[in-house]
Amino acid sequence: MSFDQKTLFDKVWDAHVVRKIEDGPDVFFIDRHFIHEVTSPVAFLGLESRGIDVIFPEHTFATADHNTPTINQHLPVQDPLSANQLKALEQNSAKYGISHWGLGNPKNGIVHVVGPENGITLPGMTIVCGDSHTSTHGAFGAIAFGIGTSEVEMVLSSQCIMQPKPKKMRINVNGTLGKAVTPKDVTLYIISKLTTAGATGYFVEYAGDVFEKMSMEGRMTVCNMSIEMGARGGMIAPDQITFDYIKGREMAPKGDAWVSSLANWKSLKTDEGAKFDKEYYFVASDIEPMITYGTNPGMGMGISQLIPKASDLSGGTATYDKSLAYMGFDEEDRMIGKKVDYVFIGSCTNGRIEDFRAFASVIKGRKKADHVTAWIVPGSHIVEEQIKAEGILDILTEAGFLLRQPGCSACLAMNDDKVPPGKYAVSTSNRNFEGRQGPGSRTMLASPLVAAAAAVTGYVTDPRELIQ
Amino acid sequence: MAYDKFISLKSTMVPLPIENVDTDQIIPARFLKATKREGFGDNLFRDWRYNPDNTPKEDFVLNNSVYSGKILVGGRNFGSGSSREHAACAIYDYGFRCVVSSFFADIFKNNAINMGILPVQVSPGFLDEIFSIIEKDPSSELEVSLTDQTITILSTGSRENFEMNSYKKNNLMNGFDDIDYLQSMKSEILEFAKTRAI
Ligand code: SF4
Repeated sequence: MSFDQKTLFDKVWDAHVVRKIEDGPDVFFIDRHFIHEVTSPVAFLGLESRGIDVIFPEHTFATADHNTPTINQHLPVQDPLSANQLKALEQNSAKYGISHWGLGNPKNGIVHVVGPENGITLPGMTIVCGDSHTSTHGAFGAIAFGIGTSEVEMVLSSQCIMQPKPKKMRINVNGTLGKAVTPKDVTLYIISKLTTAGATGYFVEYAGDVFEKMSMEGRMTVCNMSIEMGARGGMIAPDQITFDYIKGREMAPKGDAWVSSLANWKSLKTDEGAKFDKEYYFVASDIEPMITYGTNPGMGMGISQLIPKASDLSGGTATYDKSLAYMGFDEEDRMIGKKVDYVFIGSCTNGRIEDFRAFASVIKGRKKADHVTAWIVPGSHIVEEQIKAEGILDILTEAGFLLRQPGCSACLAMNDDKVPPGKYAVSTSNRNFEGRQGPGSRTMLASPLVAAAAAVTGYVTDPRELIQ
Repeated sequence: MAYDKFISLKSTMVPLPIENVDTDQIIPARFLKATKREGFGDNLFRDWRYNPDNTPKEDFVLNNSVYSGKILVGGRNFGSGSSREHAACAIYDYGFRCVVSSFFADIFKNNAINMGILPVQVSPGFLDEIFSIIEKDPSSELEVSLTDQTITILSTGSRENFEMNSYKKNNLMNGFDDIDYLQSMKSEILEFAKTRAI
């Protein structure tokens, strides 16, 4: 055994270190930088006050998503503060020569949806954005993670950030997934095992047959949620599924550039015998459709199970009790049968075409439950067009659902899509923190299939009962 | 952001003995709509601090005049959740210069240092000791020395060392930030960029 064996993460990381600072972080080069309206204005102000320029405007991409409305996008944005941020993004992009997909642009959508679908996200790259779910792009074998506004300013001004190299973790899931078990369930299961701090300080590689067989959409869902177990990010080695997804996308390499890129991308995998600081193994058949019952994404369980007792878990009872009290649930309650007021399908976790196909497969031939308010929000205009082209819109309409326009929407409720206090939402997004979907809102995270089952029955329902 | 130098600090503390305090609690997303970096302190812990009608919640620690100071002491896994720097910014803007916990979420820790806040990670036992001292006497003080990398409970003399890499330490002690450092090596970065076919 030699010392040359490297993990996928090592290979990409090491290729981007400009300078190593002794007993300090690495100066780390960034290939692609995404910005949106919420975390960028202050960074641009910083540039201005220091009198420095954007170093490589062609490597930064702006899209408006976090606080955009999901209806009537052709009208002026009502909320003056949101309108102000959107205007700032547009003006800053124009001033520094950054490409900008604002409201109404056919390429507009959630930053982590539009990057991959336009071929901006590629294997072996380093990608950052002022949003923690930037980890999504790791699905392509890229190192991708969220940064703070000061770091946005660093990337704008120098294309670099200062980062200590995280430790390495590999999570293996092998075997075959059961009926109605989706990538979202796989990730909620892993987080429930590792807890929300279980991967803090690590960068995760996902490996094993389950991920090898997974579509790119599914891989993005899994990598997206890496941050919810505290990891800096997560990645999956690129393979034929990745290359097929990328090929032909608007900004993907073409011709000779494609051939040489492909050769390079094929080397992006963990060498046999390479060392990880920590490794976990899970069995696919242990996973069932999941749902969360508490106020962090680690508080998830198989949908047919009972809410665990605090005494069976590690960690503070007080925090656990507070969390259940907020949700209005008790230890050993059943989740199945709980009333649902709102259903949200969308976000950068589950707002891609595959998610709407899954949703439609359950609601087809059924009707929306009368007491449920449903927000069906595509991740981008491209996804919206696909929904229409594939006939999914017709299925939605027939079942009594309305399709909204793209944006982050109820994922963080910065626009009008807020769940009222005390109301229950089954949501395909990524966070169930107190008040995340509106002050006092109670969120249960789940897959598009579980969301669909709740939308047509009005109660938490095992999707396996509704599909053949 | 330019901030005050951090050398050492002696102060009373504000206790928040809750685990997993996430960034949505530190500053709810609806307050992220500003295009300037000011006024965030007013919305620090907004939903724990105020009722929906904006009257203060009596039982929340920031509304209790018994507790004050520049040091916030939080439960394990402080700052989990989103990368929003507004969280660290709100803590700084409110007037805290140091946060003590037995464990910090990664991004929060980074953001805090970039804002000029010193995150001090102590052992779970030491954290419990701090909480019980505050409970006994809210006027107890902590002394945090970045130079020596020590944290001391003044009334008992109980002390622990904490970790901080020398690069970050140097920045905090001089009031520099990463952007100053990166600007100073621009030509090296431009050379490197040529090797990345992007
Ligand atoms: S959908 Fe949610 S997590 Fe994703 S980018 Fe938008 S706010 Fe962030």
